[in-house]
Amino acid sequence: MKYLPLVWRNLIRRKTRTTFTVLSIVVAFLLFGILAALNMAFGMGVELAGNDRLIITHKVSIIQLLPESYGARLETTPGVVEVLHQTYFGGIYQRPSNFFMQCPVQPDRLLKLYPEYLLPEDQKKAWLTDRTCAIVGRQTADRFGFKVGDRIPIQATIWRKRDNSASWEFNLCGIYDGDKKGVDTTQFFFNYEYFDEARQFGQGQVGWYVIRIDDPAAAPAIAERIDAQFANSFAETKTTTEKAFVQAFAKQVGDIGAIIRGIVTAVFFTILLVAANTMAQSVRERTSELAVLKTLGFSDALVLALVLVESCAIAVVGGAVGLGLAWVVTQGGDPTGGMLPAFFLPTADLVRGALFALALGVVAGILPAVQAMRLRIVDALRRS
Amino acid sequence: MRGLVGWLSQVVVVTLLNLRTIGQRATSSMVAVVGIAGVVAVFVAVLSMAEGFRTTMANTGSPDTAIVMRSGADSEMVSALSLEDVRLIGDAAGVLRGAQGPVASGELFVIVDLNKRSTNTTANVPLRGVGPNAFEVRPNVRMVEGRRFETGRNELIVGRGAAGQFAGIEVGRTLKFGQSEWTVVGVFDAGGTYSDSELWCDAGVLQPAYRRGTTFQTVYAKLESAEAFTRFKDALTTDPRLNLKVLRETDYFAEQSQLVSTLITTLGAGIAFLMGIGAIFGAVNTMYSAVAARTREIATLRALGFSGGPVVVSVLVESLLLALIGGAIGGGLAYVGFNGFQTSTINWQTFSQVAFAFAVTPGLMVAGIVYALLMGLLGGLLPAVRAARLPIVAALREL
Repeated sequence: MKYLPLVWRNLIRRKTRTTFTVLSIVVAFLLFGILAALNMAFGMGVELAGNDRLIITHKVSIIQLLPESYGARLETTPGVVEVLHQTYFGGIYQRPSNFFMQCPVQPDRLLKLYPEYLLPEDQKKAWLTDRTCAIVGRQTADRFGFKVGDRIPIQATIWRKRDNSASWEFNLCGIYDGDKKGVDTTQFFFNYEYFDEARQFGQGQVGWYVIRIDDPAAAPAIAERIDAQFANSFAETKTTTEKAFVQAFAKQVGDIGAIIRGIVTAVFFTILLVAANTMAQSVRERTSELAVLKTLGFSDALVLALVLVESCAIAVVGGAVGLGLAWVVTQGGDPTGGMLPAFFLPTADLVRGALFALALGVVAGILPAVQAMRLRIVDALRRS
Repeated sequence: MRGLVGWLSQVVVVTLLNLRTIGQRATSSMVAVVGIAGVVAVFVAVLSMAEGFRTTMANTGSPDTAIVMRSGADSEMVSALSLEDVRLIGDAAGVLRGAQGPVASGELFVIVDLNKRSTNTTANVPLRGVGPNAFEVRPNVRMVEGRRFETGRNELIVGRGAAGQFAGIEVGRTLKFGQSEWTVVGVFDAGGTYSDSELWCDAGVLQPAYRRGTTFQTVYAKLESAEAFTRFKDALTTDPRLNLKVLRETDYFAEQSQLVSTLITTLGAGIAFLMGIGAIFGAVNTMYSAVAARTREIATLRALGFSGGPVVVSVLVESLLLALIGGAIGGGLAYVGFNGFQTSTINWQTFSQVAFAFAVTPGLMVAGIVYALLMGLLGGLLPAVRAARLPIVAALREL
């Protein structure tokens, strides 16, 4: 502890250099934090997917519809607790770029399948009883300034009404929140019965099913049972866990994880080099001083420790500020307004970042520190 | 005038002296070079991805081809047309007539789940059911392996991009969708356009397989000329029997690429901007230490009567030169590592995969180098000013 003033003095001896080194480390960790949040977002929050939920789609592709009658058969399948069907509506609110997902659902079942959607009591009551009701997630509501009581017009792209009109209107009677960070609150839900009666074609056909099972461990067996049940019908099914479904969907974008790891590696390699060089330089400049310290009786280990503490201090301060900035920046949530709902900085990555900062300090400092430790007093004094 | 010449000759002398001694500061110069090279490599690589995607979509289609969808549809995927619509569109004014009637193709656009090789997970691959005139509408499509599908048979041909990205669609393989089995009979090349990502088959066979009755989704029509588009569009939009959206093929695909290429460009530019700031800090350090190492030299020059300007310029030139080297290395790395790299991503607007190649264009390389020079300039500015302001007496005494 008593040596800390010495370390401090060494750090502020060249203020500009220390400042710029710290700043470049700040930038590296700011990037690290933002990329971690992006990785989370492109992974569509796979970590948040329920492991007791399965998704059942048409075997050929998700765009093909399944009969609504499958619902009753799914309910009686052993192991299945809750059943919900959803259908892609794909309508446009004002402009095509204002994209958010809209789905007709069975109101009560939606809330049972997705307990992470929180709706105030009075709004829940309206949602369960009023057929023209729609609810929307907080993020989309904030994006377009929707308020409870608004009438929301949506232009259909696929689902026209019986009178061939493409305009649908919904009464917004609820805005739901997520019960934790990263829950997708971009979706817009409305009543399936209302939808099914009004649509021009496709009555009794739905997009896909979401089910809850009683035992997550039995998921593969249940999935197999379901798919066998509908085998050789005109609409064969493919059942996967919600996690696998989300993961496969995220991978459709490409191997984002690999790209982000590549960039982070490039950034760290670059910054490490800059920081290590600066450290080495400042030790080189102080060769004679270190020799004096040793002459005064500072042990080799102590000299090593002093140099290491100095480099770790630079790295940790830079890392902490960078990660802090990243945390502040990602608090704003999805920067694209709807495409990346799970954009946030996970705590695990904050911890990982802090460890990286420490490691950076050690790696950058170790070479000059060892050099300082091995310094022979006579050589060092002669050299200056 | 003589003043200017003298000043310029001072600049040249000091700069040359400066550049000759770079070797003595090799390590710290290397650091700046590597730092800038890293930034430029990431910058060019990410933007080349956006560029590749954009070019693939932009190359698709020719101005004398029109695409017709139901009004309100924002992509082929969600459109629907009746057999009657398709017939009326083919007969409309402005459509090129060939040996077998109008050169127009009524098409279905659906997706089929296939395994993506790179991730080994299922992906939405576009499957297009086409009419007999599809090859006349798209003259750039030619078979590179096997043969075309036969009308009325469950046969598929696959685009070159799709063949590279997805597993299980080699020529001769059989695929099962629903109750029908399909044989892959050929591979086609569509000249690096969007069609390269697709699987094609006879629309008449796809209709029952996807339970589409006798409906289609889009019509692609070859027009008499690019100018005939307005006539064609007017004919269709004024027909009371029809409710259609008519677009030039080029406009449609340019619009389809917007979302993804904007997303990649924005993210890439943002990351490169932040990295660039980090690299500037690195360069500042390098140049400060370069100036510090040359303190005595600079002070001597100043004592000999050289003015501050040439010293500033010489430091800036050094920093710009290092940046230029870094930028060239970074651009080169991106070119060697990524140019032509085949990949695929989902196009949100059609909900299906697009295969494309990273394109490191000369324009991107230039942008990378300009960015590097900017970093060098900003990195060198403060140290250059410090060098010029060095108090001569103190500096000479210092060493």
